[in-house]
Amino acid sequence: MLSILKRIATTGIVSEPLPTLADLKAEADDLQARIFAVLGRALTIRQVDAGSCNGCELEIHALNNPYYNLEGAGIRFVASPRHADLLLVTGPVSKHMEIALQRTYDATPEPKRVVAVGDCGCDGGIFGASYASCGRVANVIPVDVTVPGCPPAPVEILRGILRAVTLPR
Amino acid sequence: MNAPASRPIEIERLLRGQWTLHARAERDAGGVLLALWASDERDRGGGGVLRAAFLRADRLRVLELPVGEREAGFPSLAPMFPSAARMERAVQDLLGLRAEGGDARPWLRHAAWPDGASPLRRDFDPARSVAPQTEDYAFVRVEGEGVHEIPVGPVHAGIIEPGHFRFSVVGEKVLRLEQRLGYVHKGIEKRLEQLSAIEGRRLAARVSGDSAVAYSWAYCQALETLAGATITPRGAALRAIALERERIANHLGDLGALGNDAGFAFGLSQFMRLKEDLLRVNQRAFGARYLMDYVLPGGVGGELDAAAVETLLAQTRSLEAEVRALRAIYDDHAGVQDRFRSCGIVTPELARELGLIGLAARASGQARDLRADLPCSPYDRLGVQVAMRSEGDVAARVAVRFDETLESLRLCWELLQSLPSGAARVDLPQPTAGIAYGLVEGWRGPILVALETGPVGSVRRCHPHDPSWQNWPLLEHAVIGNIVPDFPLINKSFNLSYSGQDL
Repeated sequence: MLSILKRIATTGIVSEPLPTLADLKAEADDLQARIFAVLGRALTIRQVDAGSCNGCELEIHALNNPYYNLEGAGIRFVASPRHADLLLVTGPVSKHMEIALQRTYDATPEPKRVVAVGDCGCDGGIFGASYASCGRVANVIPVDVTVPGCPPAPVEILRGILRAVTLPR
Repeated sequence: MNAPASRPIEIERLLRGQWTLHARAERDAGGVLLALWASDERDRGGGGVLRAAFLRADRLRVLELPVGEREAGFPSLAPMFPSAARMERAVQDLLGLRAEGGDARPWLRHAAWPDGASPLRRDFDPARSVAPQTEDYAFVRVEGEGVHEIPVGPVHAGIIEPGHFRFSVVGEKVLRLEQRLGYVHKGIEKRLEQLSAIEGRRLAARVSGDSAVAYSWAYCQALETLAGATITPRGAALRAIALERERIANHLGDLGALGNDAGFAFGLSQFMRLKEDLLRVNQRAFGARYLMDYVLPGGVGGELDAAAVETLLAQTRSLEAEVRALRAIYDDHAGVQDRFRSCGIVTPELARELGLIGLAARASGQARDLRADLPCSPYDRLGVQVAMRSEGDVAARVAVRFDETLESLRLCWELLQSLPSGAARVDLPQPTAGIAYGLVEGWRGPILVALETGPVGSVRRCHPHDPSWQNWPLLEHAVIGNIVPDFPLINKSFNLSYSGQDL
């Protein structure tokens, strides 16, 4: 136990401030207020891998590490779309995931936002559309914000989430 | 020199009657089935060719079975290699060739294309794909007093890939788990045939995003063999540094997640911090956090300057100290060890019988590692120590990850200390038409890329093979008799790829 406490103490707090949204001129401090204004509570996210190579998932995972400390900003991942305000979708959307993604979207209560993450989610990427792939996420469900990159860095994904939340309704 | 051509690869073309006989001989000699796939040869006056790759400690052997145009089937290898079953079902889904006497249910095909339309046939009409519909898959039903089913997925509760798990349970106890995969099948093999052999590297790196370096290296090995090219000692060393850092990154992530699944959030925070540190140094040294496009045909993209080498060396040293300290904490933590030990056991006998490979096999007494058994440059001069445990439980898979992380750090240190000078990349001549194999020990296990080129540098057929194919069925066995809440822990201890096997 002592060694655990010692390690926690020597590690200290490594969390970094949230990125600012240069294009919206929003300060990190009022993010919470913006989330409240749009959603009336903390932001909850349901992540859906609709056919990705798993690369984007690694960077989405990183959002929960102590550096980005997403939960510290009142944003957390939830286990059901019924509890979610926002869907974070990676793709391309495989044909075999088309129905599951549509159902997940339908199960998410309004108001809801969708962020497509990664080159494949944005435009189909190197996989494109084929007998087995529907291509980009927007081909299956409405998308509010796209975050390109292969995979996009956690900070870029975070910016995409913040942009989606602050979009006018 | 990185000379995959000089690594012992035997190729033998068989007659129909020899197929199972030769496979049995492989099995008796201790060979494991590494991959099984097929290609359409009707444009060349044949039907198709079925190939099976077997790995022994000292060589790779590929058996080829031509299948006539009139024949729709081939003898199944599943009786001697149970892991062949799903691969044979995939051959049926993609090429319309059926394993005689095998499980006739589809595996990769759900409802996106009709039965009988074989996407990997050269005359496949993509316009024939059908409107989205649900499928009715025949799960094996467990019956009896108090037995009920828990269906999970394809959309899972965490940030993970999609797949379906059907548990049959009594109370908390798992009687049976049946997996239904194929949800992220996105036509990778067909797409590869639309790319040039040079471009194919980009897609190969994205078969399973957590193994980008391993896949792109294996792909480039095959391509370089076909082009008659040899990469430089510096190129080989840089590839190995990238591969070992990919292994370390994945192991750190898994060690954290395994702690978390055992209720030890401290472990998750600490290991995720270390993983982030590693990725940030990747960004500085290689220009990217994940090295999706670092391994290129002929070598690697980008140079490491002296300052980057110093940064990498410093991180190697600091990571070693941190990992050792955290390992001591894991080892001493009664609650964590209570969850890890005797949980999700795969005995060495079962591992041998069912053909487990890679990291999971090394936790079940199978000391196989391509970096030691069939080393390509630079591993031939590094003397890789193979990690091995024989308990076959979650604790063993954790211990192998710790050992391998420390060994990879040692390898990085050695490679960085003695980085050869010279060019990091050579020009690649046009590859000749033919077939060649790339073989790399990724963090999960051996990754095979079988690349067949056509005229003018096109891809005629490419099969990238993930060790997850072999290991998914073992997860079904590992959970039998365990309680449902231990499934996430057992599952994470394997951490298999969906994308890599769904293709």
